[in-house]
Amino acid sequence: MTIAALHQPALDGVEIARPLAAVTAEDAVTTPDVKVSTEHVSIAYSGRVAVRDVTLEVPERSILAVIGPSGSGKSTYLRCFNRMNDVIPGASTTGRVFLDGENVNDPDVSVVELRRRVGMVFQRPNPFPMSIYENVAYGPRRRGQGDRHELDEIVETSLRRAALWDEVKDDLRRKSGLALSGGQQQRLCIARVLATEPEVILMDEPASALDPVSTLRIEELMRELRENYTIVIVTHNMQQAARVSDVTAFFTMAEDRAGYLVETGPTARIFTRPSERLTEDYISGRFG
Amino acid sequence: MTHATANQRLIGLRARPGLRDRIDLPRRIVFAAAASTIVLVALLLIFISWQGIALFVRDGYAVTDVLSPVWDPLAEGRPQFGLLPFIGGTIAVTGLALLFSTPLSVGLALFLSEVAPGWARAIVQPALEIFVGIPSVVWGWLGITILVPFLADISPRQISLSLPVVGQVFSMPGFLTGFSWLAGSLVLAVMILPTITSITYDSLRAVPQELRTGSLALGTTRWQTIRHILLPAALPGILTAVVLGMTRAAGEALAVQMVIGNAPVLPAAVTQPVTTLTSQITLDMGNTVFGEPWQDALWTMSLILLALSMASVVLVRVINRRRAVA
Amino acid sequence: MTAPARSLKESTSRAVLVDRVATSALWLTGAFVLLLLGSIVLHFLLAAWGVVSPGFILSDPSDEALGGVLPVLWNSVYMLVLVMLISVPVGILGGIYMAEYAPQNAVTGAIRFAQEAIGSVPSIVVGLFGMIVFVNTFRWGFTALGGALALTFFNLPLMTRLAEQALRGVPAEERSASLALGASKWQTIRHVVLPLAIPGLITAVILTAGRVFGEAAVLLFTSGIGTPYHYDFANLSLTDPASPWSPFRPATTLSVYIWKLNSEGLGAHVREVVDGSAAVLIALVFFFNLGARGIGRLLTKRLTAS
Repeated sequence: MTIAALHQPALDGVEIARPLAAVTAEDAVTTPDVKVSTEHVSIAYSGRVAVRDVTLEVPERSILAVIGPSGSGKSTYLRCFNRMNDVIPGASTTGRVFLDGENVNDPDVSVVELRRRVGMVFQRPNPFPMSIYENVAYGPRRRGQGDRHELDEIVETSLRRAALWDEVKDDLRRKSGLALSGGQQQRLCIARVLATEPEVILMDEPASALDPVSTLRIEELMRELRENYTIVIVTHNMQQAARVSDVTAFFTMAEDRAGYLVETGPTARIFTRPSERLTEDYISGRFG
Repeated sequence: MTHATANQRLIGLRARPGLRDRIDLPRRIVFAAAASTIVLVALLLIFISWQGIALFVRDGYAVTDVLSPVWDPLAEGRPQFGLLPFIGGTIAVTGLALLFSTPLSVGLALFLSEVAPGWARAIVQPALEIFVGIPSVVWGWLGITILVPFLADISPRQISLSLPVVGQVFSMPGFLTGFSWLAGSLVLAVMILPTITSITYDSLRAVPQELRTGSLALGTTRWQTIRHILLPAALPGILTAVVLGMTRAAGEALAVQMVIGNAPVLPAAVTQPVTTLTSQITLDMGNTVFGEPWQDALWTMSLILLALSMASVVLVRVINRRRAVA
Repeated sequence: MTAPARSLKESTSRAVLVDRVATSALWLTGAFVLLLLGSIVLHFLLAAWGVVSPGFILSDPSDEALGGVLPVLWNSVYMLVLVMLISVPVGILGGIYMAEYAPQNAVTGAIRFAQEAIGSVPSIVVGLFGMIVFVNTFRWGFTALGGALALTFFNLPLMTRLAEQALRGVPAEERSASLALGASKWQTIRHVVLPLAIPGLITAVILTAGRVFGEAAVLLFTSGIGTPYHYDFANLSLTDPASPWSPFRPATTLSVYIWKLNSEGLGAHVREVVDGSAAVLIALVFFFNLGARGIGRLLTKRLTAS
C-alpha cells in the first residue's frame, strides 16, 4: 500500500487528507515513484468532449485498473499515455501527460520512442500476417536490430515472458501468427510488445474477446509482468479488476456524455469502502 | 400467399408438387440468362480461333513465317506476314506505359489512403472512378492534339548523351513527327492510371485498421507501417490492379493507333513510330478482303490478342488464389 | 528489466527521417497526378468553349462550314437504347440467377470465368467477332443492329455482375422474413428482393450505359464508319435503310466519328469539330457517371427512409 502516489479526487474543490491510519511502517520507508500520470487531461473528438479533466498518478510497477460503464471514456483515456489518439482524425488533447516526469505531448518528443516505452495490447488480438517469429521481432527490426542471434534471443525472451514460449517454440518460423488460438494470439501480442523493452504496458480490455480459461492465463501473466512493468488496464470486468490490480480508478459518463474520473484508490478499498455513491452503485451492480 | 392452393395438392402439410413446381420456370429462365455468357464466350473463342488459324491451315503459311520481323503484305510473289513488329510493339508500348503508370498509381493510391486529409479523399475518389469511364477515343484525341505536337516541337534531329570521360553514351534520332512509341506509352499510361489507382486504393482500404494501429503502437513510423504491413497485405490486390491495367493497355486499339505512327518495324527507339497488334488490325481490316491471306494474318493477330487476354484472366486468378492461404 | 530512463526528446532517428521523405514523396506524387488529371479536365472545358452550342449539337456535319454532330449523336443514342433494351433485362435475369440460385458448382464457376474472360477481351476483338457473325455470316453488312448486338455481347457480363452485386446488397433478413411467411422463392425475389435492389440496379444500368455510349472499337467493323450527312426523321420506316429509325442500316456513332475525323482529317474546320465532338462525348459520359452516383444515393435514401 502506498501513500504518496495516491490522491483522492477533490470533492467540491476540497482536498481530503488521507487517513493516517492507512500508513504503515513499510510505507514510511519506500515511496515508489510515479511512472505515468495525467494532470487535468481532457480529450475531445471533433469538438465533442470524450474525457474531461482527469488527474491521476500511476505508481511504478503496479497495476492500475480503469473501470466503469461503456462510454465513460476509459479507452480514450488509456490512449493518451501513448498518444494513440493522435492517429484518430479530429482528436485533441488538453492538459498534461507525464512519463517519468516528462510531458509526452511536448513538440520535441519522439512519438516513436514514446510508443516503444509505453506499449499497448488491444481488445481483439491483432497479430500481423507473418510468422510468430516475425511478429515478435517486428518492433526490434524496425528499430534497426538486424543481428540474427540477438533477434533470436529477444524473441525467445519475450515469448517466455508472455508465457507462450513452450507452446510455440517448435513452430516459430513456420506457423503464422494468425494460426494460433485467440488466447495464444493475445499472448503473442503481449510478447510483441515486450520485445520493444517497454516500461509501461497499456491493456485495453485484453481478455474480453477470450474464453474464460485464456482470460485467467492472461490475468496470471499480468501479475507476473507487474514485477518489472507498470501496467494500466481498462476492463469491463469488475471481478477481474479486483483480482488483478493494486489501484483502481472508476470512470463514468456525465450527462453531457463526457467521461470523467469519479474516484481512485487502492483496489481493496474501492471495492469495500468506496468514497463515492456512484462508485458504490456501480460496484454493487445498480447500473452499468 | 403460396402457390399451394392452385398448384399443389395439399394433404395436411404434405403437398404433391404440381407441374409448375417441377419445371420451376423462373429458375430455368434466369439460368439461361446467366449461362448465355458461357455460350457467347465459347462462340467467340471458336470463331476467332477458326479464323486465326486460317493463315496456316488455308493459306499455307508456317508458324515460323509469322515469327519474322518482315511485314510486307503487298510483296510481289509471296507476301510476308511477319508478326514480330506487332507483338514486339504491343509489348514495348504496354511495358513502357506500365513503367510510367504503376509507381504513380500506387503512390497516388497510398497518398489517398494513408496521407491525404478526408476532404481530399472525398473529392478525388469519385473523380477517379469517373476517369476510369472516359472513352478511349478521348484519350487518343488528347494524345493527338496535345502530346504529339508537343513532342514534334521539342524534337532535335538527333538526341544524344555524352559524358565527359566515357564519351557518347547513346544516340538516337529525335521525334520526327511526334508520332512515336513514347507518345503511345504516355497516352496509355494516363489512360490506365485511374484503373490501377482505383483497384490499389480499394485493396489498401481493405487492410484492417487494427493492423495499422498495432504497428503504430509498437513505435514504428507511418512509412514503416506502410512498407512492412500494408503493402505486403495489399500485394495481391496491387498485382491484380497492374495486370488489369496491362490488359486494358494491351487491348487498346483506337487511342494507340492515333498516336504511334503505325510503322511496321520492330520497336527500336522511343522517339520513333512503331506499331501494335491492335493498331494494325484497326488500320488494315477495312482495306482487306475476307478470305485473302492479308486479312487472315490480321485474324491471326486477333487470336494472339485473345490468347493474351485469356492468359491475364488466369494470371489474376493465380494471384488471388494465394491470398486464401495467408 | 527496464532500460535506463532516457529522455523522450531524442535526436531524430533514421526511421523518422525516412518517414518524412516518404511522406513528402507521397504528397508530391499525389499533387502531380491530381494536377495532371485536373489539367486534362481543363483542356476538355477549353475545347468545348466556343464550339459546343445547341447549334453544334443539333446541326448536320458539313464539309465546308463548321458542321454539327446531330446524326452521329442520334446514332449514339439510338444504339444505346437498342443495347440497353436487350442487355438490361437479360443482365438482371442473369444477375438474379447468380445471386439467388447459383450453387457452388462447375457451371457457376464456368459462368464466372466467362464473365472475367469477356471483361478482358480487347473490344476490337469483340468487334471483329461481331463482324464475322453479323456482317459476313449473316450477310447484313454494316448495321446498327449488328453493332448493337456486338455491344450487347460486350456489355452483358458487366451488367450481370453489377446486377448480381445489387441483389446481393439486399439484406438476408428481408428474404428470410418473406420465406418465413410462406412465400416461394420466386415470389420473394419478385416482390421483396427486386424492389429493394432497384437503386443498385439503376446505378448499374447508368454505369454500363456510360461505358456503352463511349465505346467505339466494337462498332468500327459492325456498324460502320460512314459520315451520315442528314437524317430525315420524318421517315418512320423500320426497314428502309435511309430511315434513321431503322436498325438495318450503317450507323456511325459519336465516338467512331471522332476517331474517323482524326484519322482522315478531311474538310475544313476539322479541328473544331473534333474538339467539340470530344467535348460533347465527355460531357455526356460524365453526366452518366454523376447521374449513376446521384440517383443511386437518392433512391437508397428514399427507399430506406434514412
